[in-house]
Amino acid sequence: MIKFVLMVNRQGQTRLSRYYQPVELSRRAPLEADVVRCCLSRKKDQCSFVEYKDFKLVYRQYAALYIVVGVSDSENELSVYELVHNFVEVLDKYFSRVSELDIMFNLDRVHIILDEMIQNGRVVETNRSRVLAPLAALDKMADG
Amino acid sequence: MSARTQCEERGVIQRECAAIRAQFRQADNGGRSHNLAKLLYVHMLGYPAHFGQMECVRMIASPRYSEKRVGYLGAMMLLDEKQDASLLITNSIKNDLSHSNQYVQSLALCTLACMGSAEMCRDLAPEIDRLLRASNSYIKKKAALCAVHIVRKVHDLGELFAPAARSLLAEKNHGVLHGAVVLIIELCERNPETLERFRKVLPDLVQIMKGLVLSGYSPEHDVAGISDPFLQVRILRLLRILGHNNEGASDAMNDLLAQVATNTDSTKTVGNAVLYETVLTVLDIKSESGLRVLAVNILGRFLLNNDRNIRYIAMTSLQKIVGTDHNAVQRHRGTIVDCLKDQDASVKRRALELSLALVSASNVRSMMKELLLFLSSCPAELKAHAASGIFNAAERYAPSQRWHIDTILHVLTTAGGDVRDETVPNLIQLITNASELHCYTVHKLYRALLTDISQQSLVQVACWCIGEYGDLLLRGECQETEAVQVTEDDVLDALETVLQSHMSSPTRITDNVDRIRSIVSIYGSCIDVELQQRAVEYNALFKKYDHMRYATRCPLVIRSLRMDVNVCDLLDLLGGSEETLQPSPAVGAPAPGLLINTASTAGGDLLDLLGVLEPAPLAPAPTVPVYEKDGVTLTLSCEKQSDTGLTVTLTASNSTDSDISSFTLQAAVPKSVQLHMKAPSGDSLPARGTAKVTQVVVLNNPNKVGLTHTHTNIHTHDTVQIDSFPGLDAAGQ
Repeated sequence: MIKFVLMVNRQGQTRLSRYYQPVELSRRAPLEADVVRCCLSRKKDQCSFVEYKDFKLVYRQYAALYIVVGVSDSENELSVYELVHNFVEVLDKYFSRVSELDIMFNLDRVHIILDEMIQNGRVVETNRSRVLAPLAALDKMADG
Repeated sequence: MSARTQCEERGVIQRECAAIRAQFRQADNGGRSHNLAKLLYVHMLGYPAHFGQMECVRMIASPRYSEKRVGYLGAMMLLDEKQDASLLITNSIKNDLSHSNQYVQSLALCTLACMGSAEMCRDLAPEIDRLLRASNSYIKKKAALCAVHIVRKVHDLGELFAPAARSLLAEKNHGVLHGAVVLIIELCERNPETLERFRKVLPDLVQIMKGLVLSGYSPEHDVAGISDPFLQVRILRLLRILGHNNEGASDAMNDLLAQVATNTDSTKTVGNAVLYETVLTVLDIKSESGLRVLAVNILGRFLLNNDRNIRYIAMTSLQKIVGTDHNAVQRHRGTIVDCLKDQDASVKRRALELSLALVSASNVRSMMKELLLFLSSCPAELKAHAASGIFNAAERYAPSQRWHIDTILHVLTTAGGDVRDETVPNLIQLITNASELHCYTVHKLYRALLTDISQQSLVQVACWCIGEYGDLLLRGECQETEAVQVTEDDVLDALETVLQSHMSSPTRITDNVDRIRSIVSIYGSCIDVELQQRAVEYNALFKKYDHMRYATRCPLVIRSLRMDVNVCDLLDLLGGSEETLQPSPAVGAPAPGLLINTASTAGGDLLDLLGVLEPAPLAPAPTVPVYEKDGVTLTLSCEKQSDTGLTVTLTASNSTDSDISSFTLQAAVPKSVQLHMKAPSGDSLPARGTAKVTQVVVLNNPNKVGLTHTHTNIHTHDTVQIDSFPGLDAAGQ
């Protein structure tokens, strides 16, 4: 199962964090810092999967943003790797060429999208249009 | 948030939080959701945001969808079942589960799945079951995952959801299917009986899978040419669980797995993800051998892939099966060994483990060559593991003893510092057993020692070996390697450099001193009386050595104790001349006296060695420790200068781990005695006795002397009374 999803930029600032297993607030910041340090120190030609403590990290870099997903040992890493890309594609579609600022200023919407795709640490929906349908409805309600 | 420093950021956050709090306290206003969203951002940065919890509760109960949305999101992020506020939203969730708007329902489901407590789950489980059966697909898929959470919280409810899960498999909607498969996986993992029951749906699963693999292009689910790979992977996982340890089920899925393995396009990562899952499944169930070979070949293909990720997972999988399908994996040995040279550290680690597992009697020589090459260039964190792995492999498959010893020496010279401690005794055992190679071994070790003394284990083994077989070394001839003229001097020089280098780090000296000491103690029970005596004396010397613990002059011991005896036993060379170590005849003199009292020239240097006292006069005076507390040791030695005069030398040393500064000695004497204190050599005592402070005091007509000393670290004030001076009676009053 997926333990957490993080989006961190190269300066180490967290742009999105979602935990599917309860982690105490005080432990979150050091965990995030450590995970990010791990990923930032890796070179371009290194593997995207890192063995970290007793679970695994799958990370992908998109421009200045790193998306890091912590998964349990039994999860298929390649599958999660693709999931991250899928997520980014969905964001791309919604925000039309998503950038870091989009994520920062629309954090709640990004969370909604993430909730549509991953629930409780498991994948729920991967189809782009179906993921975005409720959000479209919400936007319409807000306008109307 | 454009704060530049941490401090600035905190200031901004505090102001914002205050504003938000004020807004919350106000009555209903349109900006509530916006404020809560801001609060969530603050929370993400790590600042406390618990004052938003009640606001979440209020917003969840609001009729407006936008507020509900943010309220639920806030609940998921800020609340967990341990908070009291979570109980308050139970009712809201219950109501929202039957709301007319499906999006509201989904919100409730989502939140329940995220942070529902056991009571809430028990309460709402029937509701969820209802939703699983009779609602639209959007809700069904969310309900399925909510059920997963419920089952995890309250295990017995698994029974409740099993029938619904089964019927969900008939759905067309992939989201629902996915949720259903996840739910079934969860149920099967928890309960073996449920697992049995779900084996019956195997044909349905196979059908679904076939549809996915063989169907044409479907725009809805397509990801880079593969039809819904996420669902495929998920189903394969379920198949794995169902087929594990079960012949019947494994047979039923054989064809399907073969089909997936051959039909899936492996040019893109997505395809490889599906293939990887297939391979894992094949290897985990009771598949027939043809299928297994197919799976291992896929892994072999992965190893040649350009993408590092794929190489990494291929090796992880191969590692898992190297025990059971050894021959199949052996076929790919070449590629695996090549991966030892990969850039990526994770890949290297995997390659190392796999290579070690693949070493066998037939390929040990070539594999070892590769492994040794790897050892010299591998990253530091892998060295210890590599070294011990090589040792194990060498031990099991060594084609000859000489090869074995060569390999070990190679490892010690390249990575001696990283070798684990227990390997040293093992090595010594091995060398002892290879009796015909003693000469060869000791020569090689000696040469290695000459070139490099930084590897501790190498030094240890070498010292031991030289100690044991020093005679072979000095004999100068050896069949297996070219002869080298080695004299006692060379050996001594080598050992001296060893001891000298270890001097600078006081901790390490104990290891090698112990080693020499152990050699010494062997001779302690030797038949030759001379050796025995020397061994005993040397042991005593070492005991005092421990107590004193300073470094600069020790090599002199060896040099000064050299003798021109042509017994090339190392110990003799260290033992020194006959009279050197005779215990002092003075009664009551402690061991330092042992060293002082020498008549022969060789021993004279020992005094310099200790530096405790002035060069010995004709009748050297013994020293007495008069004060020992808190790591500070004070010794006193006296010499009679004249009939009424006495020179007392006070020596202080510090054996604690921290320096003592401003150490002063003061002396008080009764009125009848005159006291003249000379300047001390220093006023700070460095830690661990690396240097001492001495002070000379001249007393006239001494009888009683009271000593006080202060040292400022721990302001103690101790008084020691010395009633009589040692050795004085012997010298006369």
